[in-house]
Amino acid sequence: MKQLVILSGKGGTGKTTIAAALAHLASQELPIVLADADVDAANLELVLDPTKREVQDFTGGKVAAIDPVKCTACGTCHEVCRFEAIIPGDEAYRVDSLACEGCAACYYQCPEEAIRMKEQQDGQWFRSDTRFGPLFHAHLFAGRENSGKLVTLVKQQARLLALDTGAVLVFVDGPPGIGCPVISASAGMDLALHVVEPTVSGVHDLERIMATTDHFGVPSLVAINKADLNPARSEEITTFCTERGVEVVGRVPYDDVVTEAMVQGQPVTEYSDGPVAEALSEIWDRIREGLVE
Amino acid sequence: MIITVASGKGGTGKTTVAVSLALSLAADQQGLTDPHSLENEPGNHTHPLFLDCDVEEPNAALFLRPTIQEHREVGQMIPEIDLEKCTYCGRCAEVCQYHAIAVVGERILVFPELCHGCGSCGLNCPTEAIREVLHVTGTIERGWALRLHSGEAGAVEFAQGTMNVGEPMAVPIIRELKRWVIPPHPVNRSVILDASPGTACPVVESMRGADFVLMVTEPTPFGLHDLRLAVEVACNELGLPVGVVVNRDGVGDQGVDDYCEAESIPILMRIPLERRIAEAYSEGVPLVEALPEYRLQFREMYTVIEQLAAHEKGVGA
Repeated sequence: MKQLVILSGKGGTGKTTIAAALAHLASQELPIVLADADVDAANLELVLDPTKREVQDFTGGKVAAIDPVKCTACGTCHEVCRFEAIIPGDEAYRVDSLACEGCAACYYQCPEEAIRMKEQQDGQWFRSDTRFGPLFHAHLFAGRENSGKLVTLVKQQARLLALDTGAVLVFVDGPPGIGCPVISASAGMDLALHVVEPTVSGVHDLERIMATTDHFGVPSLVAINKADLNPARSEEITTFCTERGVEVVGRVPYDDVVTEAMVQGQPVTEYSDGPVAEALSEIWDRIREGLVE
Repeated sequence: MIITVASGKGGTGKTTVAVSLALSLAADQQGLTDPHSLENEPGNHTHPLFLDCDVEEPNAALFLRPTIQEHREVGQMIPEIDLEKCTYCGRCAEVCQYHAIAVVGERILVFPELCHGCGSCGLNCPTEAIREVLHVTGTIERGWALRLHSGEAGAVEFAQGTMNVGEPMAVPIIRELKRWVIPPHPVNRSVILDASPGTACPVVESMRGADFVLMVTEPTPFGLHDLRLAVEVACNELGLPVGVVVNRDGVGDQGVDDYCEAESIPILMRIPLERRIAEAYSEGVPLVEALPEYRLQFREMYTVIEQLAAHEKGVGA
C-alpha cells in the first residue's frame, strides 16, 4: 500500500481539482482510499458526493474556564496568560476560548482554584462512501486549533482501512501553506505531488513547500496547472525542478471546463475528455509508474 | 481603521485585493515629494500600513516590492533546563499540556517544535531550574513600498512575517508582527492585513483586532463553501462586520450572490475574469498598476467600508 499527498504551498492552485480527477482515474484501475486533509476548508466532498457512513466528534484539546463565583478578580490568570485569552472584569475574569491555547498556566497559578480545564469539541470527522472508494474527511470548527491533530486522525483512519481492505493507494488532498496541518499531512507519505501555477507567487511558494517536504524526507513530483497562462513562468518552474532532480509530470492547460465541472459537482475527468482530461490522464500514468508498479 | 483581507479558499485574490487597496489609498495622498524622508519617520504619519500575515507563504512583497529597513528574528520562548538545579521531579512534564518536556529517570528532554511558549513549566518548577530562551521560528520585517511615477506617487508602509521551513506554528509570528507594527489606535491610518487561506488559528489571529473583514471569493462552489466558513469565523466567532469582493466574476454560478443576499452581506466590488488581469498577476504586477482605472473603485470601496465599520461601532455602542 502506498500513500500520495497532493500539496501546493499557495492556496487555490488546483489541488482539489487535480486530486478529484486523479482519484477518479485511479479508482478505475485500483482499489483506493481517499482522505481530505484540508480540514478547515474541506472541498473534496463537493465533487465526490459522499454518503456519510460514520460521524465522530473530534476533541483536540482543552480550554480554561473560570468559575465566576470562586473568582476574586485578583488578576493572576491575566498576568500569566501569554495568549491574551483572559478578559478582565470587575467581579470575575473571563476566558476568550478562541484565543485560549489550553496551556493551563492559569489553572495551575489561580490561588482560588477557580479555573478548570474543560474538554472542547473542536470538530467532527466522517467516514463516507463515494463512487471512487471510501473517503475520510473532517470539519474543524471555525477558528479552532489542533488542525494538525485532526489531519493526523483522518489520515490514520484512511491508512488503517486501506490496510484492512487491501487497497493499493491512499490519496490525501492536502491543505495549503507549510505549517502544522501540512507537516501532519506529509508525515509518512511515499510521494508528494505539488500543484503549482505559473505565477511569481506560485514559483515563490513552490520553493517553500518543496523545502518543507524535503525537510521531512518525502519525495516530490510537480504538476503545473494553467500552464499556458504564462509559458515563461512555466519554463522557469521546469528549470527549477530539473535543477533539483524533481520531475514535472504534467502541464494542465487553462480551460473553463474545470470550473464547469466543479459547478456540476464532478471531477473534470468525469465531466469532459478534452485537453485537461488528457493532461490529467498522463499525470496519473506517471504517478502509477512511480508509485504502484 | 484596520481591515483584514481573508477568503477561506486559497487563491481567490486576497493579495491582489489587499495590495491594490493599499496602493490606491497611498496614491490618494498629497505632498509626497521626498520619499527618502520616510526612512526615518517616527511613525507619526498617515501613510497606509500593509501587513502580510500569510507567514507560511508570504507573497505581497512580490507585488509591492518594498525596501526592507528593519528585520527581527521571532519565535517563542522555550524552556532551558539548568541541570545543576533540576531534581528530575517531573513537575514540568506533568503541567505541560503539549508533551513538550519529558523526564525519564535522570534525563530531561525538551521538544521545541511542540512547545507553545506558555511558560507554565517555569512557573511550576519547584527549584527554579527553568529559564526561557528564544527559539527562532521565523522573521518579521518592515520597510516602505514607494511609488514615484506621477499619477501613482505614494508610499505604503510595509511589514511581513516569514515562517522558517519545517516549523509548524504560524500564530506566534503573526502575533509578534502585529505587536511590532500596528500602532495602538490607528485612527487616521488605514491598516490592511493580508491573511492566509483557511479558517483555522492563523486566520483568527489575523482577524483579531480588526474593524472590518473583507472577504475575497470566487463565484464557484469551492469559493462559496469556504466563504461561508470564513464568514462564520469573522461574524459568529469574532463579531466583526464583513463585506465581499467577488473575483473572477462571470465564472461559476449564482451561489455566492444568492448566499450574500440571503445573509445580507454586502458585495462591495466585482472584478471580472479577464486574461489580462490574470497575466498581470502572474508577472507580479498589482491590479491597480496594470489597470489604473481600478484605483477609484478601490478608494470608493474603502469609503463604504469606513461607513459600514462606523455603523457597526454605533450599533455595538
